[in-house]
Amino acid sequence: MTISREDIEKVAVLARIRVDDEQVSALEKDLGNILDLVDQLGAADTDSVEPMAHPLNAVQRLRADEVTETNQREAFQAIAPATENGLYLVPRVIE
Amino acid sequence: MHNKSVAELSRELESGQVSSVELTQEFLDRIKREDSKYNSFITVTEEQALADARVADEQRAAGNATPWTGVPFAHKDIFCTNGVRTTCGSKMLENFVPPYDATVTANFRQAGAVCLGKTNMDEFAMGSSNENSFFGAVTNPWGLNEGNKRVPGGSSGGSAAAVAARLVPAATATDTGGSIRQPAALCGVTGLKPTYGRVSRYGMIAFASSLDQGGTIARSAEDNALMLNVMAGFDPKDSTSIDREVPDYTATLNEPLKGLKIGLPKEYFSDQLSPAMEQQVRNAVAEYEKLGATVKEVSLPNAKLAIAAYYVIAPAEASANLSRFDGVRYGYRCEDPKDLMDLYTRSRAEGFGAEVKRRILVGTYALSAGYFDAYYLKAQKVRRLIQQDFINAFKEVDVLMSPTTPSPAFIQGEKTSDPVTMYLEDVFTIAINLAGVPAMSVPAGFVDGLPVGLQIIGDYFSEARLLNAAHQFQQVTDWHQREPQ
Repeated sequence: MTISREDIEKVAVLARIRVDDEQVSALEKDLGNILDLVDQLGAADTDSVEPMAHPLNAVQRLRADEVTETNQREAFQAIAPATENGLYLVPRVIE
Repeated sequence: MHNKSVAELSRELESGQVSSVELTQEFLDRIKREDSKYNSFITVTEEQALADARVADEQRAAGNATPWTGVPFAHKDIFCTNGVRTTCGSKMLENFVPPYDATVTANFRQAGAVCLGKTNMDEFAMGSSNENSFFGAVTNPWGLNEGNKRVPGGSSGGSAAAVAARLVPAATATDTGGSIRQPAALCGVTGLKPTYGRVSRYGMIAFASSLDQGGTIARSAEDNALMLNVMAGFDPKDSTSIDREVPDYTATLNEPLKGLKIGLPKEYFSDQLSPAMEQQVRNAVAEYEKLGATVKEVSLPNAKLAIAAYYVIAPAEASANLSRFDGVRYGYRCEDPKDLMDLYTRSRAEGFGAEVKRRILVGTYALSAGYFDAYYLKAQKVRRLIQQDFINAFKEVDVLMSPTTPSPAFIQGEKTSDPVTMYLEDVFTIAINLAGVPAMSVPAGFVDGLPVGLQIIGDYFSEARLLNAAHQFQQVTDWHQREPQ
């Protein structure tokens, strides 16, 4: 299975990772090799097999709808790259 | 003192032969003196460790001790430590100081153990050689005398190298596809990956959430048991944690092995394995026969598909987990972002290393519209076939044994040119994570002066039996006590 230049550019946008033009050829080769490896899966007969999500078939636990966490905004924002008045700062998104 | 086990150090602290402050200082001095050769630590927390040691000595004096009170150890730098930088081997988290403890961290704190620092690892636990760390590769303490720098394995390479080099008697680790067992094998130490859900993942930075499992690295099986006693147990903060009683893992170490049924999966004794490696593993199995075990060949027919299934599932889950690193709330942010998209894409391009980016891209591709069924769903179906192989095998035998790796520690740089070559390093370990069963790696000999690991695989929640089997082997062999020169 080969992966095209266009595929890589599209996936990079979806993954929010900037990929420079000069990196695309190397990624084409590396990702192509990984997908070749993965293509072995096609040989397995899985027609009547249920996909497995958890090794012990556990399901999500539910808890009572009660407040259990305290507000730690200051502790969390102390490690943020940029904050102001208790808000996280990002570049302007609305002109 | 640095050659003593956790069990021995615990006894000496209890009898007052040594204080925790003395022990802690001795290991800190060793790290300072020796670790420039290995680079096994990212952060050493000297002041905090000595303060914790003083508290531990007071607790001992007050008769208020657990077996771990005052015993030095280290955490893999994937476990969040409140107030202590936690990097996960990444530039993305180079300056991240978590405002909370992982449950595993809190458990060791509660037990009074003294953490000396955070060990090096492949970035976000992605790698089999520790060459993917932003903080530099780790060097295996074995093989240094021949002038070749060899890899310690990965991703828990710092933990394995630090234990092998006697810089700490024990270190925590994690295993998503072999990241405890493979470095334990390559460094000649003992490691255990528990059953999925046995050890809390809360505060353990996520790579592939349906596969990640915290575990143990130490020199002996007994020390692994002491570690698991602290780490195992239900945690309401981890939604996939299993609520099931935790036995005392040291209580059954001395059970006789007479009648133990061992299965040798024929797929794991294939031509990928060198004859010299195979010989060491077969010698180890022969020791078990002398201890009264019986041996038969079994088959894991779908094991050959494990690497392919893993390299869909693990990258897919990684791409989702690592989407949280956006340069907004914590972690690396690029300089002068011109808009929000630029902030995201450049922070992630600059903050992640090459292998992490490859896996995020593969995972994003596998989950993208039009490919989900062909890749992710297909891999999850194959995963069930692989699990069924293990369920069937454990109807016939108690444990499975195999080599942990196809070959001993390789030379740094040897497998970095092609990611797929590196992935094949985990050919004997990956299926275990897909099935979610527990497995150990136990030192079982040497090839060309380099350690060989015996992998022992058990049924769900059979950690006590694995530790018992490993401990009995270590009563009649001394491979786990050999020290790198």
